[in-house]
Amino acid sequence: MEISTRDLWTVLHGMGFGALFMLAFSGALVELYRVSAPEVPVRANGRERTPLNFYLVAMVILAWFTVLSGAYIVYPWYRAVPPAGTIDLADYPRRLLLSSGKTSEWHNVGMEWKEHVAWLAPIAMTMVAYVTKKYARAITRPQYMRTAVLGFALAAFVATAVAGAFGAFLNKYAPVRGGSTIILLEGER
Amino acid sequence: MNLAQNQTRSPEEIPNGPGAAAILAAGIGCGALGLLAFVGDASETLGRALNFYNPTGSLSGVTTLAILVWLGSWCILERTWRRREVAMHTINAISFALLAVGFLLTFPPFMDLLQGK
Repeated sequence: MEISTRDLWTVLHGMGFGALFMLAFSGALVELYRVSAPEVPVRANGRERTPLNFYLVAMVILAWFTVLSGAYIVYPWYRAVPPAGTIDLADYPRRLLLSSGKTSEWHNVGMEWKEHVAWLAPIAMTMVAYVTKKYARAITRPQYMRTAVLGFALAAFVATAVAGAFGAFLNKYAPVRGGSTIILLEGER
Repeated sequence: MNLAQNQTRSPEEIPNGPGAAAILAAGIGCGALGLLAFVGDASETLGRALNFYNPTGSLSGVTTLAILVWLGSWCILERTWRRREVAMHTINAISFALLAVGFLLTFPPFMDLLQGK
């Protein structure tokens, strides 16, 4: 059982950071809604708020790791330029997609949107975590702060979903491959 | 009132200014990201200028500048609104509009539409 370094980084970027970040949204959105629902009596003290704050900070860290690993580790491999005369474009995903009209829009629309829209998520979630930590349930007091917190959290989810979905499709049509091999387990035969 | 005093207050007593600053700055950051992505795509010269790190191309400049705009505007707004109550409905409207700009201007078919492609 072996894996290449590029495969490993792609998995870390997409599944280790990105998917975990996206999975965390359901809990975050429900808890943000719960703590800020106007009909809920004011009772959350500092100790009760701490898990949500840690949860949101963890999401912020995952979001930044996702976009930074994507842009500065995986993306350069994706957009690598093949030497002149290269026929097999398997190691050059961008060029591979652009080489056919049947796949070119996966790059022109999918990757072009994904590479930018994903960055909205960490910006939005950093704000959500900061405001939630600073104001806690009081985000309902300045009445519309709750609207912004929930709205931006939802927008971060949408941005992540777009980036994640296109990432999965792109990895299917033109996976990032290559690099040195890491042997995880030796089989008997 | 200084920052230390602000931190000892209960959340209910903190003015909404710092929260509004964070919200508007996030909107500004998202809007800046969309705008920079658009100009990088529309202009070859600006696209090259945004190429801060060659392996990543213009994405490096687009995102670096958007983050600087976001953090810079957050610092300025935080200092300005630290002790103030501001009209949240106006801040929200502007922030959501800028967020929409961020989404739209990063969407390639919309970019192409604006450029008449």
